Amino acid sequence: MEQDWIFGAIGGLMIGISASMLLLINGRIMGASGILGGLVDGSGHANAKERLSFISGLVLAPFVLTLVWVRPDIHISDNLGVLIVAGLFVGFGSRFANGCTSGHGVCGISRLSVRGIGATIVYLSAGAFAMIVFRHVLGLI
Amino acid sequence: MRNLYAFVSGLFFGAGLFTSGMTDTKKVQNWLDIFGEWDPTLAFVLGGAIIPMAFAWRVVAKRQKTLLGSSFPDVSDTTISKELVIGSAIFGAGWALAGLCPGPSLAAVTYGGPELFVFLAALAVGMFVTPMIKTRF
Repeated sequence: MEQDWIFGAIGGLMIGISASMLLLINGRIMGASGILGGLVDGSGHANAKERLSFISGLVLAPFVLTLVWVRPDIHISDNLGVLIVAGLFVGFGSRFANGCTSGHGVCGISRLSVRGIGATIVYLSAGAFAMIVFRHVLGLI
Repeated sequence: MRNLYAFVSGLFFGAGLFTSGMTDTKKVQNWLDIFGEWDPTLAFVLGGAIIPMAFAWRVVAKRQKTLLGSSFPDVSDTTISKELVIGSAIFGAGWALAGLCPGPSLAAVTYGGPELFVFLAALAVGMFVTPMIKTRF
């Protein structure tokens, strides 16, 4: 759709407001992999309630929007192998690199962080290359 | 209070991901597919998110403490480590494969169907084993 970029920019501003709040009020980097990963591996149990509160909001707002606005199709793959390999790669990769699209992307690029910009260049390039291999060469997705 | 602010921040993050269309795996995959039906939406999302955050970092530079009186996170590390490069490359490949990264996969939990839970279970396993691999690296 032609209006997609407008919704993208409005949604992006909301993501930026979310990250600004967490930074200026709580003193935290809004990184989804860091917030979730700290709960999964136990490294963030000292502030587990703060992490769970953030995740509760993250799950609740879209749920309410599906009730009052639209219930979107996320076009997720039905190939279990693809889902499992992708999940393992995203989970391991984001924690190994200490960040994903929110932490390195949004929070890193906005302060011109060398690590954030470097990580973003690497994952965007790897993602574009993987798309060529998975979609155009292997026909997997 | 910290938890309430974290919850409100999470509400904005979830609403932003939903509104931007970034929980749709097809839009993310088409953004990465430069030889297919390329979809530029993600660039507007990232741009929109960076603007308020750039102001927030300027405020951080002028303050010693957060609004609640705690310290700001330590962001002094500037090394492009091999962990950063290898991890980001593997993350990018997985991101392309399913069209999902951690934020949107949590945001879509109530409407993504059972397949999303398969992805989330694998995501959790990947996150759980990372510290064990990191110490041997």
